[in-house]
Amino acid sequence: MSVLGIFSRRPKKTAEAARERLQILLAHERAGLSGADFLPQLQRELIEVIRKYVSVDEDRVQVKLEREQHLSVLEVNIELPTPSERNN
Amino acid sequence: MAKVIVVTSGKGGVGKTTSAAALSAGLALRGFKTAVIDFDVGLRNLDLIMGCERRVVYDFINVINGDAKLHQALIKDKRLENLFVLPTSQTRDKDALTQDGVERVIGELREEFDYIICDSPAGIERGAFLAMYFADEAIVVSNPEVSSVRDADRMIGLLTSKSRRAEQGEPIIQNLLLTRYDVERVEKGEMLKVEDVQDILAVPLLGIIPECPSVLQASNVGTPVILDEKSLAGRAYAEAVGRLLGDDVPVTVPRGSKRGLIDRLLRRTA
Ligand SMILES: Nc1ncnc2c1ncn2[C@@H]1O[C@H](COP(=O)(O)OP(=O)(O)OP(=O)(O)O)[C@@H](O)[C@H]1O
Ligand SMILES: [Mg+2]
Repeated sequence: MSVLGIFSRRPKKTAEAARERLQILLAHERAGLSGADFLPQLQRELIEVIRKYVSVDEDRVQVKLEREQHLSVLEVNIELPTPSERNN
Repeated sequence: MAKVIVVTSGKGGVGKTTSAAALSAGLALRGFKTAVIDFDVGLRNLDLIMGCERRVVYDFINVINGDAKLHQALIKDKRLENLFVLPTSQTRDKDALTQDGVERVIGELREEFDYIICDSPAGIERGAFLAMYFADEAIVVSNPEVSSVRDADRMIGLLTSKSRRAEQGEPIIQNLLLTRYDVERVEKGEMLKVEDVQDILAVPLLGIIPECPSVLQASNVGTPVILDEKSLAGRAYAEAVGRLLGDDVPVTVPRGSKRGLIDRLLRRTA
């Protein structure tokens, strides 16, 4: 560990980032929580429920996901029609 | 007019995904609205290289099957305003790709984007075929190594005869991107020279990307290497993007700087 130690610090840092990213990703993939499998169904059912009350345009549905180590946030954004559109 | 560009090679592991990520980020940096699609169904990797793996909700296959709208599956890059990623499915296999489905998605993307970059899987089968079939241009990635050059030649043959453009009698534009080029080994006569590869393949050269430790660093953190502006590979990709856009920059063999020397020392002790 001479001069080279200084330079090898940089690679170590990014390897650490790689390890963390993989841990989070693989934990989800192994648990079968990759999203793609159940999310379409979840979205369809959510929209069905909401449609009982108001009309929704499927183009105005945004689904966002952010996976973290200990929790994931699923954000479903459903734009409701404005009163004027509702009168149409 | 939108342009569809496939990044392909035949041989695996030559740097297609690295290049697709770098080139699409480079086009976005130059102000073009760009989407990059992962065609490697079942072996999703582009999301990791682009650093958006934690935000994948829907994928290419969901869109093809009508389970999600295209705009729901496109992931907006957090660094670049103009860049979007269409990830592929990790759980399905390549039979989930249908020609009609791919055509529809690419057609929809054409309406909204300036550039659509298709990251092809290795091989010459279904996934690789559909990745190139609808393309206007192809970037054939090869390493200065015999099996890679042979497979690139095979791919050039397919592009020339089996792409939709070819079928319509309007040739697909082809460019060669030589990656993982190790000047020292070339100079020692251990690796094919750029001139050799170019002579053999006879396709215009888009650029030479050096073998460079920054590529691994960039993939560790999920950043396209072109954003590492100081790295040799990043600079070489930026020049390649320029040429793609018509900049008149001659192709040069990228050479290491002092930094390169340190990297080399490190590699030797690693
Ligand atoms: N210029 C380069 N310098 C150093 N390493 C590189 C370079 N280009 C690519 N690599 C490394 O080569 C490996 C393969 O790269 P990449 O995944 O981009 O290839 P690919 O052609 O997409 O592979 P596949 O056929 O499996 O899809 C990766 O580990 C990557 O970090
Ligand atoms: Mg790849």
